[in-house]
Amino acid sequence: MKHFRFLIFGALFGIILIKSEVVSWYRIQEMFRFQSFHMYGVMASAIAVATLSIILLKAFRVKALGGEEIAYPVKKYNHGLWIGGFLFGIGWALTGACPGPMFAHLGSGIVVAAVMIISAVAGTWTYSLFRERLPH
Amino acid sequence: MEPLIETISRPWPWYVAGPLIGLVVPLMLVVGNRALGVSSSFRHVCAACFPAKIPFLRYNWKAEIWNLLFVLGIVLGGFLVVQVVGHTSMVDISKQTIADLQRMGVSYNSGLLPADIFSIGGLMSARGLLFIVVGGFFVGFGTRYAGGCTSGHAISGLSNLQWPSLIAVIGFFAGGLFVTHVVFPLIF
Repeated sequence: MKHFRFLIFGALFGIILIKSEVVSWYRIQEMFRFQSFHMYGVMASAIAVATLSIILLKAFRVKALGGEEIAYPVKKYNHGLWIGGFLFGIGWALTGACPGPMFAHLGSGIVVAAVMIISAVAGTWTYSLFRERLPH
Repeated sequence: MEPLIETISRPWPWYVAGPLIGLVVPLMLVVGNRALGVSSSFRHVCAACFPAKIPFLRYNWKAEIWNLLFVLGIVLGGFLVVQVVGHTSMVDISKQTIADLQRMGVSYNSGLLPADIFSIGGLMSARGLLFIVVGGFFVGFGTRYAGGCTSGHAISGLSNLQWPSLIAVIGFFAGGLFVTHVVFPLIF
């Protein structure tokens, strides 16, 4: 299975998400109430390390393990960034979970996370259905 | 010095956990040549199970199996934390937050979330439905509309200096602040 490694990366990511408490509903509330530095510290240091890593990878023209050029993530502007971003923020504050943590919750034995994931799939499906009629 | 196992089973401070999350980005780029991202998995599930002739769901989702394996891995990671690594309950949530939440009728139980709401039984209450089902729906709808979530935009996008991702992240925060400071005081 050539994609097996992504199962390992996911497991690492899931372990860190829980150990960092970013999966915590309380931590998300604390963040939106500006009552602790914790979440800001996690995100700022994650972004700083990732940014520095990408700068170094580019500076040394590092190739992917298979020898091909690395495809860096490119994001283009459309109005959905504002609107969709705001709507996701509403969901983030309600569930206290972004998509990654939902899956981590499920694995850690919080069965109701499955309902959250199914609801999210339903949300994505509904967006797909109305996509052409929404401003972008 | 406390035993290593005890250190690992505690929650990790931000300056340990944050950089580790950051390192997942180059790890995935170099070893897998894929950008970190989670919310696309919802779309792949839709495309695989309920495409319903919707143009946005008609693509070769099988080429994105890696992303589904990645989220399956996150589930596995959650399982491993509980079963192998160990996770002691959190203790240092801000007292102000705990007091604010109690005022809106949400109890603090030193777990990761309010267990009475986030349970199958909690689904029977209006609050449970709002937090779990409505919230989940908004997460799925909003992330796809915005083209990414906290992983895809805030971490992957920003670290590659993609300014559209900054707009998305501002949107995420605006939505969260709106719910926390406008909606919650109105309904609780």
